[in-house]
Amino acid sequence: MENLISIGVRSIFIDNMIFAYFLGMCSYLAVSKKVKTAFGLGLAVIFVLGVTIPINWLIQNYILVQGALGWISPDLATIDLTFLQFIVFIAVIAAMVQLTEMAVEKFSPALYGSLGIFLPLIAVNCAILGGSLFMVGRPYNLAEATVFGFGSGIGWMLAIVALAGVREKMKYSNVPAPLRGLGITFILVGLMSLGFLSFLGFSL
Amino acid sequence: MSTEAIAVAPVKKAEPLFSKKNRKLMTNPLDIDNPITVQVLGVCSALAVTTQMKPAMVMAIALTVVTASSNVIISLIRNTIPSRIRIIVQLGIVSLWVIMVDQLLKAYVYDVWKQLSVFVGLIITNCIVMGRLEAFAMGNKPGPSMLDGLGNGFGYGMILLIIGFFRELLGGGSIFGFKVFEAMGVHYQGNGLMLLPAGACILVGIIIWVQRSINGYRETH
Repeated sequence: MENLISIGVRSIFIDNMIFAYFLGMCSYLAVSKKVKTAFGLGLAVIFVLGVTIPINWLIQNYILVQGALGWISPDLATIDLTFLQFIVFIAVIAAMVQLTEMAVEKFSPALYGSLGIFLPLIAVNCAILGGSLFMVGRPYNLAEATVFGFGSGIGWMLAIVALAGVREKMKYSNVPAPLRGLGITFILVGLMSLGFLSFLGFSL
Repeated sequence: MSTEAIAVAPVKKAEPLFSKKNRKLMTNPLDIDNPITVQVLGVCSALAVTTQMKPAMVMAIALTVVTASSNVIISLIRNTIPSRIRIIVQLGIVSLWVIMVDQLLKAYVYDVWKQLSVFVGLIITNCIVMGRLEAFAMGNKPGPSMLDGLGNGFGYGMILLIIGFFRELLGGGSIFGFKVFEAMGVHYQGNGLMLLPAGACILVGIIIWVQRSINGYRETH
């Protein structure tokens, strides 16, 4: 249990998807103009990360790695399918995003309307595929992988809502004209990332 | 783009591959239509792989190859893809190319492949690749699509090399692993900030500032 909490805290604050790995920067920069849409996208990312990482963990450990097919028949135990990782993971992610989209459309049309185009775009958010690839490189079990998925999602949402809050206030300040928009946003992200560095001191 | 829009597009006359319009496809992404600093695509890897110039260059070449070749393939089959499932078709083709590039890098430049870690795989979800497929290859012929892919790859590579140059020079005092300051006989204490994510972000902000001061591009709130 303690282990799970430490993985959760670590993935939210210390190994934050945005501030430590720069994953999902494209939608992070594009959708952080308003707090409300940022929050909606953040929720969708949490959900998709939390669902795809356990599924990909199961696929990795029961189908792809060398010897994983041994549960079907001992003859297959020597097969190593890890080179198929990318294409299988991305297929799972695209399918899950499509499913999420249909479920949200059916059960909560209001949320579906407010998320709009961002929901299908999550499929090409690098944070999702990146999360699965990081999970493969670390010795997690199923529970830890799930916690890691949700934690990474929460960290991503935290980052995008914080940036959107700052950017909403930016319109009242007098930024040099060539720096307006994207330029100042990058510098803001840099400063926020410096702030998040202070979590590095935590020993977990 | 919907299939309908492709169907009604007027049939163009055959034009030479390097006509003026096609040359623009190559040169625009280097400046006023740069994928990173103007279109804001592919930022994740631009920040993450640029602590040194060598991985930055390998990454730029890998991305250029993937973008250009998937642009060509998608452009060849663009009229047969049903528009509802086009994203997954595009992802499938891109990931095939990425798997090939990944295996090649692993075989020939293993140390750089180790350094790039997950970012080779993440070319699949690199917004430049998807963005160019969606915005250009779905509605244009294979020749121009290839040029568009190459141009955007070069625009991306240019920014990557600029960021990599400053980060490696200021952070580690070297260029392509060659110790510049030691060769000149000067002692240089590396600036750790440049190697951190934060330093990269601020550097990109400054590059955008300089570029927009020169070309006059402005963004309104």
